[in-house]
Amino acid sequence: MSAVQEVATEAPAIDAVPKKAMTLGYGSSLVMLALLIAAPLFVKNFIIFQMTMLLVYGLAVLALNILTGGSGQFSLGQSAFFAVGAYTSAILMEHFNVNYALTLPVAGVICFAFGFLFGQPALRLSGVYLALATFALATAMPQLLKLGVFEHWTGGVQGLVVTKPDAPFGLPVSQDMWLYYFTLAITVAIYIFSVNLLKSRSGRAFMAIRDNEIAASAMGIDVALYKTLAFGVSASITGVAGGLGAIAVQFVAPDSYTITLSISLFLGMVVGGVGWLPGSIVGSAFIIFVPNIAEGISKGLSGAVFGVLLFLVIFLVPHGARQVAMVAQQLVGKIKKN
Amino acid sequence: MELFVNQVLAGIATGAIYACMALAVVMIYQAIDHLNFAQGEMAMFSTFISWQLMQWGIPYWWAFLLTLALSFVGGIVIERVLFKPLAKAPILTNVAGFIALFAILNSVAGLIWDFTIKQYPTPFGSSPFLGSQLISTHQAGMIGVTVMLLTLLYLFFQYTRVGLAMRAAASVPESARLVGINTSWMIALGWGMAAAIGSIAGILIAPVVFLEPNMMGGVLIYGFAAAVLGGLTSPFGAVIGGFLVGVFENLAGTYIPGVGNELKLPIALALIITVLVVKPAGLFGRPIVKRV
Repeated sequence: MSAVQEVATEAPAIDAVPKKAMTLGYGSSLVMLALLIAAPLFVKNFIIFQMTMLLVYGLAVLALNILTGGSGQFSLGQSAFFAVGAYTSAILMEHFNVNYALTLPVAGVICFAFGFLFGQPALRLSGVYLALATFALATAMPQLLKLGVFEHWTGGVQGLVVTKPDAPFGLPVSQDMWLYYFTLAITVAIYIFSVNLLKSRSGRAFMAIRDNEIAASAMGIDVALYKTLAFGVSASITGVAGGLGAIAVQFVAPDSYTITLSISLFLGMVVGGVGWLPGSIVGSAFIIFVPNIAEGISKGLSGAVFGVLLFLVIFLVPHGARQVAMVAQQLVGKIKKN
Repeated sequence: MELFVNQVLAGIATGAIYACMALAVVMIYQAIDHLNFAQGEMAMFSTFISWQLMQWGIPYWWAFLLTLALSFVGGIVIERVLFKPLAKAPILTNVAGFIALFAILNSVAGLIWDFTIKQYPTPFGSSPFLGSQLISTHQAGMIGVTVMLLTLLYLFFQYTRVGLAMRAAASVPESARLVGINTSWMIALGWGMAAAIGSIAGILIAPVVFLEPNMMGGVLIYGFAAAVLGGLTSPFGAVIGGFLVGVFENLAGTYIPGVGNELKLPIALALIITVLVVKPAGLFGRPIVKRV
């Protein structure tokens, strides 16, 4: 309304997270890993299945974390990448009889290309505009999957049923447990890859772009390349998660991958702490278990209970699980001193 | 040609709904610098309140005014209680807060008024407007109210002290504080006004889409798209954006083969993104100059 041009000092959308603070120490990582390895030995198959989903969504949240927490780009389109990954795996397994483990790299590569290409037009956009663009992608995806042209491959509205893999080499473990360890192995591999990615030259470039795009380009960082690269990597990891999810759920259908999924992943990222990779698993636990808890407290008001719980979390710890971890670390430090 | 004109007219009629919503979105964006995802649910809740008031026998226009006042107060209360404590939290945390508010309002409305679809009265009647089958008197009235609201807002922001203070608080908070503007209350005022405008939008839309807790889902998406298309810094742009989105959507549905109801939304969004790629600040938005 005024003719004056608005001058804003680039408000960092995401708080700068120091590089070291983005990961856990070796000790805590190993304890966490040991817990994840030991846990399924003591619980029922259904809970093992839920833990598998925990890892799958954890991966998807991690992917969003690399994009948003790492390179400062916001995306509501993660469900689309998740869907592409899931469908790639499902179609390869059911139509081409490819081994389930081999479908995942393919899903990763296809999603990388997809994300990288999508990142190109998205380059011109940032903040809410980027959110809208990615949102469009997320709303379009289920409709595209339902199109008659692809029905032979995608199964249309009905979706595809995926066979659950048996444990190889005649190992005496149940399908669920085998799938859990399989997922865990991939999750750990991707986690290590992500941590190292963010520590590397590319990771530093991501963070420089996040903190100040103009300054980053002045320092000689190819902003366009790294922004699209971040999209590609994030999409790729989301795609692998999608593939794993399809194998675990044994079913893919267009309506499982709506914008709601993207919003859940976003909430998971906020609860886990934006830019803190280990928080992804905490965020994933929040989006899987809290809706169930809310339903348990009150059936009619489950949405309200979920909202109130979410408010509680962001009031108590606006920086998510990262904040909790930092406080804990300080406490441990104090105890050690005494 | 006849078909084209009719489709454009129908597009303008639905566009009026989006324009209303977009206006509310832009209002709050001006005041708080975030897109409020719960905006639609706030409007829905206000509409239910007005419906309840009418059920209790209060005449339409009194219910309308009372709802406006209640929504205004409600918006301020929500800001003071829920979002003021989050003012220092990261932006993404605030967005999570909006999503939480969305879930709460939707679920509470469902519990109080249940999910059955309800008729909602219109003060303008629903006979064909000027002999055209596509646009009813209600839709014409809706366009009229939107335009009137826009004019009032323009006058408010351009010619009153409070309007000036609100603009100052939104664009340069630090300097505004230095000249003695209470920026924190300006934000609350922005919430109140956005809630009130949202309630008008809800009341106007309800006769068309019927009243139920999920009535705003689709409308809000188009409202956001319209606001972004028109430029988030310009209320005028938001209204134009609303009409454009309505027309886009209708023409795409008519002329592009194979586009059913399902694909209308993605296509409208794709078009908007194409526009944004060319003009990243929206059609009427001011580009924001960044400082290192």
